[in-house]
Amino acid sequence: MNVINPAGWRPAMGENVPGTPVQTFTGNRALQLEEALLFELGSADRSGVDFPATDTLDLAGLGPMARSDIPDLPGLSEPETVRHYTRLSRQNYAIDLGLFPLGSCTMKHNPRLDEKVARMPGFADVHPLQPVQTVQGALGVINELAQWLIELTGMHGVAMSPKAGAHGELCGLLCIRAALEAKGDPRDVILVPESAHGTNPATAAFAGFKVENIPATDEGRVDTAALIARLGPDVAGVMITNPNTCGLFERDLKVIADAVHAAGGYVYCDGANFNAIVGRVRPGDLGVDAMHINLHKTFSTPHGGGGPGSGPVVLSEALAPFGPLPFTARQADGSIRLIEEEQAHEDHPQAFGRMCAFHGQMGMFTRALAYILSHGADGLRQVSGDAVLNANYVLRSLDDVLDAPFGNAGHCMHEALFSDDGFAEGFSTLDLAKGLIDEGYHPMTVYFPLVVHGAMLVEPTETESKAGIDQFIGAMRSLAQRARAGDELLKSAPHLAPRRRLDETLAARRPRLVYREG
Amino acid sequence: MTRYYTKDHEWIAVEGNEATVGITDYAQGQLGDITFVELPEAGADVGIGDSASVVDSVKAASDVYAPVSGKVTVVNAALEDEPELVNTDPEGEGWLWKMTLADPAELAGLMDEAAYQAFVAEL
Amino acid sequence: MRYLPLTDADRSAMLAVIGAGSIDELFADVPAEARLAAPIAGLPGHASEMAVERHMARLSANNTTAGAVPFFLGAGAYRHHVPASVDHLIQRGEFLTAYTPYQPEIAQGTLQVLFEFQTQVARLFGTEIANASLYDGSTACWEAIAMAGRITRRGKAVLSGGLHPHYVETARTMARFTGDRLDTAAPELSATPDDEAVIARIDGETSCVVVQYPDILGRIPDLAKIASAAQAAGALLIAVVTEPVALGVLQSPGSLGADIVVGEGQSLGVGLQFGGPYLGLFGCREKYVRQLPGRLCGETVDADGKRGFVLTLSTREQHIRREKATSNICTNSGLCALAFSIHLTLLGGKGLAAMAKLSHAAARSTAAALAAIPGVAVVNSHYFNEFTVTLPRDARQVVRALADRQVLGGVSLGRLYPREEGLAKAMVVAATECTTDEDIAALAAALKEVLA
Repeated sequence: MNVINPAGWRPAMGENVPGTPVQTFTGNRALQLEEALLFELGSADRSGVDFPATDTLDLAGLGPMARSDIPDLPGLSEPETVRHYTRLSRQNYAIDLGLFPLGSCTMKHNPRLDEKVARMPGFADVHPLQPVQTVQGALGVINELAQWLIELTGMHGVAMSPKAGAHGELCGLLCIRAALEAKGDPRDVILVPESAHGTNPATAAFAGFKVENIPATDEGRVDTAALIARLGPDVAGVMITNPNTCGLFERDLKVIADAVHAAGGYVYCDGANFNAIVGRVRPGDLGVDAMHINLHKTFSTPHGGGGPGSGPVVLSEALAPFGPLPFTARQADGSIRLIEEEQAHEDHPQAFGRMCAFHGQMGMFTRALAYILSHGADGLRQVSGDAVLNANYVLRSLDDVLDAPFGNAGHCMHEALFSDDGFAEGFSTLDLAKGLIDEGYHPMTVYFPLVVHGAMLVEPTETESKAGIDQFIGAMRSLAQRARAGDELLKSAPHLAPRRRLDETLAARRPRLVYREG
Repeated sequence: MTRYYTKDHEWIAVEGNEATVGITDYAQGQLGDITFVELPEAGADVGIGDSASVVDSVKAASDVYAPVSGKVTVVNAALEDEPELVNTDPEGEGWLWKMTLADPAELAGLMDEAAYQAFVAEL
Repeated sequence: MRYLPLTDADRSAMLAVIGAGSIDELFADVPAEARLAAPIAGLPGHASEMAVERHMARLSANNTTAGAVPFFLGAGAYRHHVPASVDHLIQRGEFLTAYTPYQPEIAQGTLQVLFEFQTQVARLFGTEIANASLYDGSTACWEAIAMAGRITRRGKAVLSGGLHPHYVETARTMARFTGDRLDTAAPELSATPDDEAVIARIDGETSCVVVQYPDILGRIPDLAKIASAAQAAGALLIAVVTEPVALGVLQSPGSLGADIVVGEGQSLGVGLQFGGPYLGLFGCREKYVRQLPGRLCGETVDADGKRGFVLTLSTREQHIRREKATSNICTNSGLCALAFSIHLTLLGGKGLAAMAKLSHAAARSTAAALAAIPGVAVVNSHYFNEFTVTLPRDARQVVRALADRQVLGGVSLGRLYPREEGLAKAMVVAATECTTDEDIAALAAALKEVLA
């Protein structure tokens, strides 16, 4: 495999020609620093941790599976380690650096109090299998957060253990499966709107359901008539995202829910966009039977470069008896009880099983609870209000230079949707997105939802100032005009990032997933 | 040898009771750089319209449907290392599989080259 | 509200641009009967940073923390010392507050970390490749079983009795809905794992054999023997490692013939955290790459020919393949993977081996001290840092009585296997490099007192 840059992290120094970018020996560009791979820097005999001598230890107790060599893992001293990761970190964009308008991902400020709280020893340094009497405070956090989630959604119960949104979706659908099985009802079709996030059909298939798509209307909402017409004895339920992936509120959700219930099915709501309505609308009032809540979106636990997330699932009275183990319950004396397999046959006999080892994402529970307590019921209402205000402000500040396919469908919720309609021939959403990188922003969500050609989904969130949003709008207007005019430089953007466009075809044709020498 | 085309942009070249199947130049152009081809197993029975193969580009995975019914006899092993053959020579070295025909009458439902070119021109 | 930058003047100016009279008006699409007119009644209002910190500190104080007492719990989560620089580095805002690296030009930091992480995991496991992580060990274990089913096109998985019962329950839950068959067994309290019994359960319909290494009782199965038997029957061997530090002194599962190796990465860098977030590790043979669940980072070049990294092979995933995806997973456990990777970088092969040897030595000392107590017997002939003891009484009561004496002494098998009467008097005990001679003496003294 020779096509990958053989010079590795240090490209050959080119000639310095007046009028062209300066070439450097290191490949660095002042504060923009190149960094070698760990495997090019470290060695197995170097270490950043001091231990007592181990030469005299008796290892006979390991038995015949003991190894005689040292694992082939490069080590670094502490200063080298700190520098390696600090230099790498500087090649990332992050919320801490600026507006991160990634639609449907909800990149809002991560309060540092929440980080401090998560590291309190009573949460960070307790084992999941300690005797229940020694972890009453940790169980108390789970129970308190569970109560908030129930109150904020108007639901009956909550399963806390799912480890991410998709895991929560799975949990909700398994509750529906279990409820149907308990009734001896063999329904096996889940209806999913075509605008849905890809996890919805993937999860439904994973849970053993057949997936059928429901079309969208011209104004970006579920086709209610088509959905209701499809209901019948084979339909187990529907999965609807509300607010939906076009950034619009599904006005008919209650009507749909009533029809689904009347036809014997259940309503799963994808709560990925709950941040738009928290404190203002309770999904329980709209007839929802199950909804996952992405704590890393609505309640601002950090995204961490792609996880960990957390996806508790709130459940209606009809589905709560089937929720998975373990869960907590406050007792009359104020102590918190943990219901696991040991107690389940008495307390929760219909539980469908277990989603994972242990109790779920405790480190996210502490952060989310601190976030919720900081805002309170009034602050959360302001959160959704400001998020929706900021998105509408972006929508109306750009709809003269960018096509807004559902701009006439009323106010948007927390995100504004645009398309590449009107760009010069050969210019696409990707070009505008890459141009945003040169302007110092992370691009918006592109090519999603699929129902809009060249979709651009912009979610500013409530933690941006007006001045910050105004500057972003200015950058977007400039880029939109360049795309309409056919500015060729946009086609090769970004020009100023640590890397230019990367060859994804090469990566996929010749997968190179681990470092190998030579 | 006669070549037929489907509305899903597969081609099938028939010689007697044997045929070779691939995707058209138009299809590869729409898909962009092909990164991986998931081929059927030799010996597999396929029905007309069945998804027999999947062609991956960076951002999409597209089913390739069997133009007619029959049994897969050979698959194009060269695509394992060089999926880009589907881009560079889709109707030649980038063929996907060879098969025997279960019912030659099914060919009557396919387009000839002129009809396919007219079909593509309308897209 | 300290997290909300807009002023009332800003809001008015923005509403004017939008052409709306109030924020409430923006919610006109919500049916009036579902629209709440005011903050939800009965819930507290906003609170200062100081007030929230005080509330949470009070809850935190109402726990017995592992670092404060003699501590011997394991069974899938281990307390190792995590160097201070790990937590410092993962709190860099550019790591902490970044998103999934979908825009590689401005995410090379996260991507290079994932590439290094994948390489570290592959080398630790002895596999050809590894993914960018899954939720945790238990979910990774199920994903491996599902993957083996796709590869072999068979529907029966043989789970060894030594597999963590929560992992078994997680798999059982999923299998109930997917139609896969699981052949399970409870562990026997024997000195060595009964590898022959596992082998005897393999048949022509078996997709995979799932073996924990070391197992739930701390014993160390002979993976090479099981791998040969599985592969001879056309099945895959899935090795499950819940304590990756063990691989500092034990042969890697991949080198012993395992086809897929999954594990829980928590013991390096992540900490106990009451069970989550943790880190699912997943490695396998390269020929199975198209069947792998979860994100993958790959090496490539940019338009200038410079080396760079991207997320790759995403056509396996849900956002493209929808209902045909290899898994519905959309996240990895990114920040935990970073912590794991930094910790392993600080250790290096030499440091990992030293940490493993010290953990083993501490376990040996603990076992010797407990074996000297009348009525207590160590079950294992061999172990890494965790072993099983049998007690003269129900171990659940003993564990609670030890906790009353401020000693966290182990995990009772009664809690893990409530339906297995024969295991009720057994307890698994773990030690690490954090365990001191004083801790061991305190455990021995407390146990003697409890059993007296």
